[in-house]
Amino acid sequence: MPLYTEGPPIADQRVPDGPIESRWDRRRFSARLVNPANRRNRTVIVVGTGLAGGAAAATLGELGYRVKSFCYQDSPRRAHSIAAQGGINAAKNYRNDGDSVHRLFYDTVKGGDFRSRESNVHRLAQISVEIIDQCVAQGVPFAREYGGLLDTRSFGGAQVSRTFYARGQTGQQLLLGAYQALERQVDAGRVEMHPRTEMLDLVVADGRARGVVVRDLVTGEVSTHIADAVVLATGGYGNVFHLSTNAKGCNATAIWRAHRRGALFANPCFTQIHPTCIPISGDHQSKLTLMSESLRNDGRVWVPKNPVDTRSPNQIPDAERDYFLERMYPSFGNLVPRDIASRAAKNISDEKRGVYLDFADAISRLGAHVVEERYGNLFEMYQRITGEDPYQVPMRIYPAVHYTMGGLWVDYDLRSNIPGLYVIGEANFSDHGANRLGASALMQGLADGYFVLPGVIGDYLADGPFEPLSEDHPAVADTVSEVRGRVKTLLAVDGDRTVESFHRELGRLMWDECGMERSEAGLRKALERIPELREEFWRRVKVPGTGERLNQELEKAGRVADFFELAELMCVDALHRGESCGGHFRTESQTPDGEARRDDDRFSYVAAWEFTGAEPVLHKEELTFDHVRPSTRSYA
Amino acid sequence: MKLTLRIWRQSGATGRLVEYPVDDLSEDMSFLEALDVLNERLILAGEEPVAFDHDCREGICGMCGVMINGVAHGPQKATTACQLHLRHFKDGDVLTVEPWRADPFPVVRDLVVDRGAFDRIVAAGGYISVPTGSAPEAHATPVPKPDADTAFEAAACIGCGACVAACPNGSAMLFTAAKATHLGVLPQGQPERYSRARDMVAEHDALGFGGCTNTGECTTVCPKGIPLTTIARLNADLLRAHTTRSDR
Repeated sequence: MPLYTEGPPIADQRVPDGPIESRWDRRRFSARLVNPANRRNRTVIVVGTGLAGGAAAATLGELGYRVKSFCYQDSPRRAHSIAAQGGINAAKNYRNDGDSVHRLFYDTVKGGDFRSRESNVHRLAQISVEIIDQCVAQGVPFAREYGGLLDTRSFGGAQVSRTFYARGQTGQQLLLGAYQALERQVDAGRVEMHPRTEMLDLVVADGRARGVVVRDLVTGEVSTHIADAVVLATGGYGNVFHLSTNAKGCNATAIWRAHRRGALFANPCFTQIHPTCIPISGDHQSKLTLMSESLRNDGRVWVPKNPVDTRSPNQIPDAERDYFLERMYPSFGNLVPRDIASRAAKNISDEKRGVYLDFADAISRLGAHVVEERYGNLFEMYQRITGEDPYQVPMRIYPAVHYTMGGLWVDYDLRSNIPGLYVIGEANFSDHGANRLGASALMQGLADGYFVLPGVIGDYLADGPFEPLSEDHPAVADTVSEVRGRVKTLLAVDGDRTVESFHRELGRLMWDECGMERSEAGLRKALERIPELREEFWRRVKVPGTGERLNQELEKAGRVADFFELAELMCVDALHRGESCGGHFRTESQTPDGEARRDDDRFSYVAAWEFTGAEPVLHKEELTFDHVRPSTRSYA
Repeated sequence: MKLTLRIWRQSGATGRLVEYPVDDLSEDMSFLEALDVLNERLILAGEEPVAFDHDCREGICGMCGVMINGVAHGPQKATTACQLHLRHFKDGDVLTVEPWRADPFPVVRDLVVDRGAFDRIVAAGGYISVPTGSAPEAHATPVPKPDADTAFEAAACIGCGACVAACPNGSAMLFTAAKATHLGVLPQGQPERYSRARDMVAEHDALGFGGCTNTGECTTVCPKGIPLTTIARLNADLLRAHTTRSDR
């Protein structure tokens, strides 16, 4: 039986042609508008309250739409964007170091290894400058120079300094800005907030996305919310791997359920392994903690030249250290993109030993107080977790799953193939290709939420308001009963294995076979094992308690059940893409010196997968490059 | 290592402490990972696991928070419960684990409380009114670095609620003052500075949080070290708010 079949190709129908610099202007002009008085009659559901969802809900409220916002956390301020550390890119060129919108565009297309859309990325670079203005006006306390102007630093894959930051808590500060704007709209009565509420399915009626089925996590009540459009801003799916830098609650259920209802899932195998995370300390490990890429501005990465050197790092003289990134990639040095740095670390060391990230040079050059000013909170976090003081001893780090470039397929308007379903932020696939550059996730989340979605959603809502849907409309009633049935089934299995044990096993399998390196044999093995494990899950899982109140095991069980299905699609995608590109490294496709070998003749497309219940159907969206010529990425 | 956890269990209006000996712990575990170990055991034994809030497990989302032996987030300074590692305890220690206790934070279940009141304080005025698209060029208004740093230190609040749990008055003044300070020292926050202080404090009081008597327990347990001077700033702004036009 084939793993998949191929269907007709697809194309982005909404991107204007003509000069790339003015495409976004032309699209905004061609999009229809809803007049301010009529916006009150249009309801938009926004699921997720991170940078993308929080910004979108606030902005749609400001525009006068009726907004319903949902998050699983107890407050919208806790979405996992809060944990982003290093910074946000913007082509302000305040440093006069040669930056421009075009250079940010170029760096991002190249950084994504030529697997993203030029039009989307160019728009992102254009909007980046407005984001900084907006956030500063909201009171985001970015780092500043003594003259009162904004400070910037460098991130991987760039030779300019365009990353704005608020110590190591940039995500927190940007999210609080969006959250405060959102609460202002809650107070104004334009946004109805539903915390501790999880979306469990999408209502599609008469070919349109019309609402969501949610479970109140406190009372267990399953209910339906109907609207004129649904926006998913539910983040990435890195927790498929069990251990990742994601929050414990991060999950793929919203996008996976939408996929099952017909939304195409694009490039699911494009996952990002971040090079600098605190290594695993034991079997009890519940999550991994990132050490920001910004540390590579001043920290030097090295391993002992002798791999079995057992001396403590401070005892190893300089001549016996291999600063391998500086050696292999002299022009970018320690600031090569994440995929490159991760693979280099994996090839030179292993999970147990890790690699060192050393600040001794920076401390002697700048003084400990400057290093503390820049990275103090990260150093404290490292010390709390490991019990070691990074001012005295080099950090020990190793790559870990961090971000997913894949996600639901969207067009230039961020609309999925289901009319009325929009997908923004990490949940979509659109801007980062096969590898995301550091400090670009915050940029994309806020660009989508503050500017792109509010700029074009009127084009769809102009056709509304749509017919009211009652509870007994078949599309509503069937979806609700499916959700209730699923909750009931999970509780009824009453087996002998915990959800956690299944998640751990799935995660280990995915890390081994669909992680930093993928091979045909390994992926085939995973594709045999995942269905067995999934079958075992539904036979042996144990979920205590009832569905009628707070039940955290039940929540986790539903999420892990969806991870099983998504994991299989990730492996199919990884197996079909017989090239190496960005974060997707196929052992069969590498250069003699071990770098990724892309195959533009065969794979210069977006792989958008259709759910069928049996083998998925592949739809290809051809990628064309008119402004950045695809070349072999070189950071040497 | 081994610990005895005396944990507050509650599913209705009242609850009680239940004692659980937990073996097979490692000092590299976080406190929440010790609860994970206990919960795995309870589930397999057919019992209900202990409900506790947590998410990022890296000390920034503010979702976790429990009293450990009467101290919010436990014994280590400037550390959330998720970042507290067992190496700070001794083998054989007995730890009493309870939820935040304050009237405006009702217990949902076990160690989980409802902190929605914090969102309402922010909604009452904890923002700068700047609709998307209306911002001037970011460098139009330079901000003196000391002011930016003061704003940042106050903005580091994670909204966990430890300040309220620690306060003998059940006051949320440190939380409220952190937001008022963050926005009130920045030039962008000046137009609404006094109305913000007034409206947030009014909402704070209406929600049933107690008044501040400068006890200082809040700042002692605050995982982000929000200083008590933020409350002095808030008081100064509040005084000004009540002596100027009410529409300011």
